[in-house]
Order: sequence, then structure tokens, then C-alpha cells
Amino acid sequence: MRITCPICGERDRREFYYKSAAVALERPDPEAGDGVWNDYLHLRENPAGVTRELWYHETGCSAWLVVTRNTVSHEILDAVLASEARA
Amino acid sequence: MVELVAKSAGDGLLPVTIGKLSLTEEVPTALTSLMPFKGGAAALEAALGAGLPGPGESGAAAGGRVLWFGQNQYMLVGGAAEGLGDAAAVTDQSDAWVVVRLEGEGCEDVLARLVPLDLRPQVFAEGRTARTELMHMMSSVTRVGPQAFMIMVFRSMAATLVHDLKTAMQGVTARR
Ligand SMILES: [Zn+2]
Repeated sequence: MRITCPICGERDRREFYYKSAAVALERPDPEAGDGVWNDYLHLRENPAGVTRELWYHETGCSAWLVVTRNTVSHEILDAVLASEARA
Repeated sequence: MVELVAKSAGDGLLPVTIGKLSLTEEVPTALTSLMPFKGGAAALEAALGAGLPGPGESGAAAGGRVLWFGQNQYMLVGGAAEGLGDAAAVTDQSDAWVVVRLEGEGCEDVLARLVPLDLRPQVFAEGRTARTELMHMMSSVTRVGPQAFMIMVFRSMAATLVHDLKTAMQGVTARR
């Protein structure tokens, strides 16, 4: 499996560290309420198919990436810098 | 006052020669990490007297070699870091890394056992550099000659690096 880092180019999966679904980029307002925060902290989709995830180019350039990946076919569909995905 | 003797990171481990391959320690006069301040890249380039290398590139600067070393990070190997502090965060890392040189016919085959990169010369030409994983260690790999690589890992991992490279050199040599 390879991920194309926007900075380093196509690189082996071993250089990357997987974090989780990319929900961390959509942090709720501090006053959003317990229900919203409970969902944000604890509830995750578990899709069979396309999912957006955070990956860290740990032994490469140290960039956080948003990787779009198909959990069924293992196809990597997209990888962008998390700093830009958020903006 | 006790007289302390400076020891290099690879002291007692190198050099090693196996078949046509050699592994030697390089002891640069200094290793200096450079992180340009916001908007300071042009000022750093002026102070270095050279352009900053793009991702995966390296070049001569300030009497040494400057490597792209990550996002907004550069490593000056050797050379003089004086006068760079106005444009960048400058950190002396001379004792933080071990630097080795792997040289000889088949050096790509040795690294192919340890590093998940395409290091063939047509892809990874002289001057190309990468931050990558070497047997689970964070590393820096740079091609410094047609059959030579400079490899860096954290100093505390010097013995592991030499062990892994030696094992791979033996494997490649045994299959000639
Ligand atoms: Zn990268």
C-alpha cells in the first residue's frame, strides 16, 4: 500500500502512522453541549467503503494528511495536507 | 579538572568492509538544523549564499551541504552557521546524529533491504535526499555519489544502524 504525500510524493505505507477518522478536524464549539461532544469523542462511523482518515507522515516530512481510502478495496483515492483540508 | 575525550557516535563500530562494500563514519565539523522564521526564507537564502533546497533535494551552502529535512526544516552538514540566526531558528545538532557513508557496487541493493524507497539512480540521483524509515528508525538518506549514500539516524541508534547495515551488506555480498 502506498500513499502519495503532497510534499514527498508516492511513499510506502510503513512511513505513515494512522490516527483515526478525520473527525478531529471538525471539533465542535466548546459550548455545543454534552450530546454533540459525546458524539465527537466517542461515536464513529465504520463504513465498508470510502472513508476520510488522518494519517501522519511520521518518518517522512512529519505532515498530517487527510487520506481518502476505500476500506473494502484498500484503494487510496486522495491525500491532502490536513492544514489545507481544514481551511 | 578531568580531561574528557570526545568520542564520535560510531566510535568502535566502524569502519566495516564487506566484499565490494564499505561503511565508514563521517564526522562533519557541525550539524546545524535551520528553521526559517515566518517570511524569513529569503533572508536565510541570502545569509547562506544559496537557495534553500526543495523537498527531496540538497545542495552546497555556507561551505557545507544543506539538506531538505522536513517541512520548513533544513540541516546544514558541515559548513559555518554563523550569521544565520536573524533569519532562522538555528540549533546545533552535532552530537545528536550519527552520520555514515555506505559506498560501493550494490549499495542500492543494501538499502533496498532496509528502506522503503526507490533508490535506483534514475529515480534517486546524486543530491537527492529523503527523510524515511530505516528498519523502524527515523532516518535521512542522501545520495552523495554514483555509488555512495550518506545515512543519518539519531546518535543513540548508532549500534543498531551499523548492525542492520552490516547484515544487509553481508546478505548482498553473499549472493554475488
Ligand atoms: Zn511527506
